[in-house]
Amino acid sequence: MKQVIFWGTRGSLPTAPTGQVIREKIIAALAAANGRSFRNRDALEQFVGGLPFTVNNTFGGNSSCVEIVTDGPDHLVCDMGSGARPLGQSKIARYGTPNPQTYHIFISHLHWDHLMGFPFFAPMYIPGNHIVIHGCHQQLEEAVRMQMRAPCFPVDYSQAGARIDFDLMTPDLPHEIDGVRVTPKLQLHTGDSYGYRFDSAEKSVVYSTDSEHKLDDLASFDSFARFFAKADLVIFDAMYSLAEATSVKADWGHSSNVVGVELCQAAAAKRLALFHHEPAHDDAQLFRLFEESIRFEQITRGDRPPLDIVSAYDGLTINL
Amino acid sequence: MMQLTTREQSGVLVVSVSGRIDHASSEEFTRLLEPLLINCRQGQPALLLDFSGVAYISSAGLRVLMMASRQSKAQQGSFAIAALTPLVQEVFTISRFNLIVPCYTSVDTACKVLGQ
Repeated sequence: MKQVIFWGTRGSLPTAPTGQVIREKIIAALAAANGRSFRNRDALEQFVGGLPFTVNNTFGGNSSCVEIVTDGPDHLVCDMGSGARPLGQSKIARYGTPNPQTYHIFISHLHWDHLMGFPFFAPMYIPGNHIVIHGCHQQLEEAVRMQMRAPCFPVDYSQAGARIDFDLMTPDLPHEIDGVRVTPKLQLHTGDSYGYRFDSAEKSVVYSTDSEHKLDDLASFDSFARFFAKADLVIFDAMYSLAEATSVKADWGHSSNVVGVELCQAAAAKRLALFHHEPAHDDAQLFRLFEESIRFEQITRGDRPPLDIVSAYDGLTINL
Repeated sequence: MMQLTTREQSGVLVVSVSGRIDHASSEEFTRLLEPLLINCRQGQPALLLDFSGVAYISSAGLRVLMMASRQSKAQQGSFAIAALTPLVQEVFTISRFNLIVPCYTSVDTACKVLGQ
């Protein structure tokens, strides 16, 4: 495995920035420029590149979709949230239509924000492509078909040009797929969700979203620490603060940045990616959570090696 | 081994907590708090945890505090924490537990409010 590309990082519901949000970013950038003029485009790019993330970028608003780039010929993707649309466009742009591709899609669970991008995933309409949808839910195929059926969607599932197969995986049982060992794990979420651990010869990535961690369940904590063990990257559901996740939003099926850090520390993981961002949070709030997560890791590190923390955003590429 | 020592100040039951409250010690912390929480009810002295000796608290420890806060509220008692060290104060802020459990800067300040 070489890279992880985040195509959609938002939880529950896709979001879009309002005009007011963009206006505030422009005002902040102009205020930082303070009347400067720029010789050319490069100088302008350099200036913009030096602005804070919340001014020159955004976490984005597409729902869960993460690509794992392997050394093999196939494409590995976690979830089909609305981020599947730009993912599909990038694949079409790169391979066109005459070069058949195989896509392995791992579905965490069947809630809409993790499936809604599939009807907009352009490779599914291209004859010759092969799409294998992996998951652990018995209703996996029915859920995918259902959202492409009247009155939910104008294009019926039968219009897919690609060959689509479904692979019902067994939790805790490793599966060899395109040179990668993939192990699903049951997680606490309404209707169940599944995390996936991807192990290649040299790298390990864990995709664990829509997963609640009960703080009094020490056996579960240990079990997830083993699941995350020594991973190069753990993609973790950090939708709420710890206080929210254990009080007003208990049993909503999500976790926090604090538990993500603690689990990765216990697992001796190398890097944590905060993921499944709360749709009500703006860039400033998400960046504050990111900074607080870094600080929490610093003050709780003890004798452990540092844990690298990133906050995933749409378009982020991580080299493993 | 965790130890809780109690004293009375201005009509408040002040409990000194020390050491690390992590996943390994959270169950013991729960067990030690249990008899004190039973009496944290309407008409009884407020229960104040003096955290000046707590070096670290994990999410499991924070959960114990949330459960204690819930129980005292259900019993219409008063429960609070005081004198958090700077690092523990940061953990409370990052986790937003400062919004769940009343936190006072010092035991004296807390006793002035809770002892009334």
